[in-house]
Amino acid sequence: MIQHQEDIIIQTVCRILIPFMQVYGLYVLAHGHGSPGGGFQGGCIFAASFILMPIAFDLAAFKKRFAEKRIILLCSLGVFIYAGIGWLCLLLGGNFLDYGELSAILPVDPVMARYYGIAIIETGVQITVMAVMVSIFINLITGGRHKEETQENYD
Amino acid sequence: MIIGAKIFMIAGLFFFTTAAIGFLRFPDFYTRMHATAKGDTLGTLFFVIGLALYTLHHGFHWFSIVNSIKLISIAVFWFLASPTATHALLRSALESDLVPWTKDKKVIVAWPPKRRK
Repeated sequence: MIQHQEDIIIQTVCRILIPFMQVYGLYVLAHGHGSPGGGFQGGCIFAASFILMPIAFDLAAFKKRFAEKRIILLCSLGVFIYAGIGWLCLLLGGNFLDYGELSAILPVDPVMARYYGIAIIETGVQITVMAVMVSIFINLITGGRHKEETQENYD
Repeated sequence: MIIGAKIFMIAGLFFFTTAAIGFLRFPDFYTRMHATAKGDTLGTLFFVIGLALYTLHHGFHWFSIVNSIKLISIAVFWFLASPTATHALLRSALESDLVPWTKDKKVIVAWPPKRRK
């Protein structure tokens, strides 16, 4: 059985690195149009920063900030953003995810409307990927019980 | 500028080579991780600094300066993250009672060491 042991080196380095990792995840998202990157990659980096928190500290401190209910809500929020933009284009008279039609409600021309439409759905992809990765990780390390492994669980 | 880049890159390659030789020649997990972590960390630092100098060899344009700053930030990130990852691996080996190698296969210190509760 694996006991959680605190380690001051790992905790300090994680405390320094996690904000920079999150900023880098947003950078990868924002540069997804013109350079390598995008929602999925940015979401994975974002999820890695959240996964470092229960690795370095304990799971209870992580779940105090980021409860399971909130993770599931974020999963569906990302899908809602993606499908909502698609259906909005459908309602405005185009095809599904035909961002050019968004120029009717955004104050830009159709070309820039495509640009912003891609940015919005990439944000949705990033939120969903981040939430699903964190959820998979927590389900794996706790065996689906969502509790930290202590001796009481086995006695 | 390009001379400095070459010097840094060759220094980086030297440390990568020592890391690879140490990984192949050392006898057990602790010593191998010691060689690999130190060599890789310093080798990556030197090599990335060499690349950052190489991007500037056409002159100090805004674009190449931004690229150079990005490479330097990669080096800083690596310099923080790589020793910590090695530390985590070695600590987990210690906690799973991996006995260190000795020349005459005798354990010098009492192993596993006493843990604090």
